[in-house]
Amino acid sequence: MSYDAKFRVWRGDASGGELVDYTVEVNDGEVVLDIIHRLQATQSGDLAVRWNCKAGKCGSCSAEVNGIPRLMCMTRMSTFTETETVTVTPMRAFPVIRDLVTDVSFNYEKARQIPAFAPPEGVARGEYRMQQVDVERSQEFRKCIECFLCQNTCHVVRDHEENKEAFAGPRFLIRAAELDMHPLDARDDRADFARDEQGIGMCNITKCCTEVCPEHIRITDNGIIPMKERVVGKRYDPLVWLGNKIGRRKP
Amino acid sequence: MAAELETHDYDVLIVGAGGAGLRAAIAAREAGLRTAIICKSLFGKAHTVMAEGGIAASMGNVNSHDSWQVHFRDTMRGGKFLNSWRMAELHAKEAPDRVWELETYGALFDRTPDGRISQRNFGGHEYPRLAHVGDRTGLELIRTMQQKIVSLQQDDQRESGDPEARLKVFAEVTITDLLQDETGTIAGAFGYFRESGRFVRFNAPAVVLATGGIGKSFKVTSNSWEYTGDGHALALRAGSTLVNMEFIQFHPTGMVWPPSVKGILVTESVRGDGGVLKNSEGKRFMFDYVPDVFRGQYAQTEEEGDRWYTDPDNNKRPPELLPRDEVARAINSEVKAGRGSPHGGVFLDIASRRSPEEILKKLPSMHHQFKELADVDITQEAMEVGPTCHYVMGGVEVDPDTAAAARVPGLFAAGEVSGGMHGSNRLGGNSLSDLLVFGARAGAGAAAYVRGLGDARPIVPQSALDEAATTALAPFEEEGGENPYTLHQEMQQTMNDLVGIIRKAEEIEAALTKLEELKERAKHLTVEGHRQFNPGWHLALDLRNMLAVSECVARAALLRQESRGGHTRDDYPKMDASWRGRNLICSTEGDGIRVEEQPMPPMRGDLLDLFQRDELAKYLTPEELAAVGATGGATEATDGSGS
Amino acid sequence: MAGGVGSPGRAQIPWRTLRGDRWWFPPAVTFTLIVLWLLYALVRTSMQRDYFVATYHYLTPFYSPCVTASCHPDARHVGTWLGEMPPLVPYAFFLLPILLGFRLTCYYYRKAYYRAFWLSPPACAVAEPHAKYTGETRFPLILQNAHRYFFYAAVVVSGMNTLDAFDGFHGKDGGVGVGLGTIVMLTNAAFLWLYTLSCHSCRHLIGGRLKHFSKHPLRYRAWTIVSRLNTRHMQLAWTTLGTLLVTDLYIALVASGALTDLRFYN
Ligand SMILES: Cc1cc2nc3c(=O)[nH]c(=O)nc-3n(C[C@H](O)[C@H](O)[C@H](O)COP(=O)(O)OP(=O)(O)OC[C@H]3O[C@@H](n4cnc5c(N)ncnc54)[C@H](O)[C@@H]3O)c2cc1C
Ligand code: SF4
Ligand code: SF4
Ligand code: FES
Ligand code: FES
Repeated sequence: MSYDAKFRVWRGDASGGELVDYTVEVNDGEVVLDIIHRLQATQSGDLAVRWNCKAGKCGSCSAEVNGIPRLMCMTRMSTFTETETVTVTPMRAFPVIRDLVTDVSFNYEKARQIPAFAPPEGVARGEYRMQQVDVERSQEFRKCIECFLCQNTCHVVRDHEENKEAFAGPRFLIRAAELDMHPLDARDDRADFARDEQGIGMCNITKCCTEVCPEHIRITDNGIIPMKERVVGKRYDPLVWLGNKIGRRKP
Repeated sequence: MAAELETHDYDVLIVGAGGAGLRAAIAAREAGLRTAIICKSLFGKAHTVMAEGGIAASMGNVNSHDSWQVHFRDTMRGGKFLNSWRMAELHAKEAPDRVWELETYGALFDRTPDGRISQRNFGGHEYPRLAHVGDRTGLELIRTMQQKIVSLQQDDQRESGDPEARLKVFAEVTITDLLQDETGTIAGAFGYFRESGRFVRFNAPAVVLATGGIGKSFKVTSNSWEYTGDGHALALRAGSTLVNMEFIQFHPTGMVWPPSVKGILVTESVRGDGGVLKNSEGKRFMFDYVPDVFRGQYAQTEEEGDRWYTDPDNNKRPPELLPRDEVARAINSEVKAGRGSPHGGVFLDIASRRSPEEILKKLPSMHHQFKELADVDITQEAMEVGPTCHYVMGGVEVDPDTAAAARVPGLFAAGEVSGGMHGSNRLGGNSLSDLLVFGARAGAGAAAYVRGLGDARPIVPQSALDEAATTALAPFEEEGGENPYTLHQEMQQTMNDLVGIIRKAEEIEAALTKLEELKERAKHLTVEGHRQFNPGWHLALDLRNMLAVSECVARAALLRQESRGGHTRDDYPKMDASWRGRNLICSTEGDGIRVEEQPMPPMRGDLLDLFQRDELAKYLTPEELAAVGATGGATEATDGSGS
Repeated sequence: MAGGVGSPGRAQIPWRTLRGDRWWFPPAVTFTLIVLWLLYALVRTSMQRDYFVATYHYLTPFYSPCVTASCHPDARHVGTWLGEMPPLVPYAFFLLPILLGFRLTCYYYRKAYYRAFWLSPPACAVAEPHAKYTGETRFPLILQNAHRYFFYAAVVVSGMNTLDAFDGFHGKDGGVGVGLGTIVMLTNAAFLWLYTLSCHSCRHLIGGRLKHFSKHPLRYRAWTIVSRLNTRHMQLAWTTLGTLLVTDLYIALVASGALTDLRFYN
């Protein structure tokens, strides 16, 4: 139940690199990460790769397999034919460190810009009461394992380095949505923040983030679009604006 | 080379960014100290994200009979009375507060109909006690604290313009040595950036170890590459001690097929939510394996067990929910008796017992995991499962109240790397709560210690730094030495086969001989390439830690001539009350490892009173029982719940 | 590519994508279908004929509401509001922009045409050809934010189509009658409603904007239903393109005499 597969792995660093060909054994039930590990153990001990849980839970092993952003530990070899060449490259939206490892600090910077959860005033620890229906929307976004595949795939930054400044990326737009939908979060400026600081207007809802999310979070439908609608409500909709002026219509 | 060494100064250094490390960092920072967090992987990826089932805390949201006393009792029973009772007491008392605190950081647990945190059943817990978020509780814990840390950094940004003024995360840095002054007092740590291979030195009078476990010493494990026992080995080398290292928890249900995912965990919630274990003959075999100490607390018939899911107050729980060591041994026996599944496990069946919708709602990531990795649809078919190395009960010997490590001033430990709390066996869900309770205590303990020092700072001799650098670079110097990957595999195989779930003297001795040999060979490793992100080099450095820790495990396992919790001796199959009062303490002695006995302090009377006398009789020696006195040991359990 | 995947510091890979699958296929299909549909719609709306079957009161949605003096008198069932139309100008010229605007600002169609027409991006992880990109932050694309107003209007349009469908229950003798055309019109109206209700703006307005569902059980119910429809929004978007075209074509064929309507009753 084993065969020799053809692999092409990008080797190199920020100064340059190339796709290197390997022939490597593949056994029943293995995933791409297993093969990369076999390369490490048998052919090139210094092949750099980031991983941790090998169970799709930590979001460390993000890379691009045959050009599609994926978790290596969740990409089964059985999805390829035995004769197919499997190409593995690092994520292409972030600076490369070495081989398959990229510098994802962009994401940590964006994370730090979002105002933290604001606890409700006067509610003591242990006294938080929330209904399941009210927490479910935010819980979907909290499934995020921060693999940053969505950030990597989003053309706003992938294809336009200069947009990195102004655009927070899908991962952090759903973080904003999560907080805005949190039943006890005390802030009411999350949508303004999404528009003014996170650049939600740059997203053209082409849904690649949703397509690559290994947690199957419906990033656009349940996160970004509702956030865009909330932005419309606060900033573009004259009716709502008028309503708020008069002082009614608090959600 | 010393001149170019990157150096950072902090008050408290936290090694590890899992649940314990992050909670300790929050505590130290809130105490006003400059704190650094160091971790081997990216921030937010620590092993804790893998925890699925939940956090144990006796909030009593689902069953109001629950209280810290009941939780304490369950913990002691699970650990077969070998636990540090003081740790178990603090843990049971403080866990609810620590969980509620997470909500104030923004955590969103699943809810009860009246809006409180929902709690689920788990093996060994008398009441539904595990706060959870689907089956990704560990992720919620990490993300919540990661976000809390970010919010503390935002506070600093507002105050001083520098978000990292008082709390900084150094991700992808491995600590290879602790730095000490001449007297052995902690002065900091030495390590390297994984990314560049550059060395880095941290000066800090207090170091909190929160490095997690040792699973990577075993072949079949649910643990990730981070679990190379670094913290255990760092403490040992610094002169501190490890306790209870012979106790290793083999989780009964790991995946067994396909080979590349062998060991990956199948959460206990599958059983908590109705899944049952069957052998190849289709029999629910756990009813045959209820040990004497637990007889009376578990259902005797399938009908009663099944009724328990809906009416737990009037029925006893099914034996599938016995503590993990019991279930793991039972599975082991069934497979050995030839009643195993095709790939050498047993069947875990939830498909025939719950509707597909229910399974998808309650166990989404298990469904996903089996679908993606094994092509098995758990709503339709049974899973194949078998024991996998999961957790080490043993660890750094600490003071229960402050988490200060034994014998080394300035060293603290919390989380899986610390020992004592779980005795010979940990209950599911008790680790996440342990991380929070003792993480917070370690952070506070370290802060108090640093404050106590005043302005004095221990000084590290230059020679210590040079030595640390030389040791770390050794694998590049050697030509024609061994491949670290080969050595690692041999060690894993040895530990798995010879010091695994069932042990006997000859096998442990064989393992010790093999470990000696590997230790020698490990002195001559060769790695390819350069220092930039070089996994071969990283493994070479981790190996010495794994070898030291494995030796502790093997030596302690050889000494303890009884079977208890996570330590099963084929040649001493019974639990022996005379061993209960004794801990095995591991320390370094020159180049070698030394394990010796140490008596445990007797349990406080008011805690003993929480147990019925006839239950105490199962664990204590007749003399100890006599010493409990006529008054000690309640005649009835305090909450009357029929324990 | 220079400013994107070819930026300094990133892994230097000379191809704009390494995808080996047929990633260009879905956008190509979208492009073709939309262009064909638009051409058909253009031709039909400017024809100014074969839009009404007087015997059975079948009015094609492309000419609805028919309220100008050029319309067949029986087609003007909601009144005559305007005079004669010059040639080529669609009779429903004031409603068509609403229909077009609704679909043009629809979150699904935006995805479809940004990908298929503007190639921004053509497919996931395939570099787009544009050097600059500002998304929907500037004029004109910032106007996409007006979608909810088109939604309000679309509710009216769907109502109009429903009226037309009811008018289609018209028999030879002037009483009630049912033919295949009636069914076709009714189906079209039903799908238009589903599409309209599955709209993201609708989902937001009906309940999505709330912070506490538990305090608004009815709106939560409504939100749940709309959410379920919303997961099918793309399918409904295409289905309604289909039903619109089929309805118009059927009526055109019957009106021109190329086909006789299949009658079930009267
Ligand atoms: C699959 C699985 C499921 C589990 N489910 C549950 C559950 O449901 N409930 C429960 O209570 N427990 C559960 N556990 C156990 C629990 O998750 C762990 O015991 C716990 O997470 C350990 O946390 P920690 O904070 O001690 O360490 P970890 O979270 O493992 O963190 C260790 C940290 O130390 C760092 N580190 C290690 N060595 C070094 C070094 N040399 N230099 C620098 N940094 C270093 C690592 O990078 C990491 O950041 C589960 C365990 C597994 C494997
Ligand atoms: S939908 Fe928006 S955020 Fe998601 S990938 Fe597309 S442009 Fe980026
Ligand atoms: S939203 Fe999905 S794709 Fe994006 S970082 Fe989170 S898990 Fe990864
Ligand atoms: S290694 Fe954790 S997600 Fe792949
Ligand atoms: S119609 Fe498509 S989103 Fe509104």
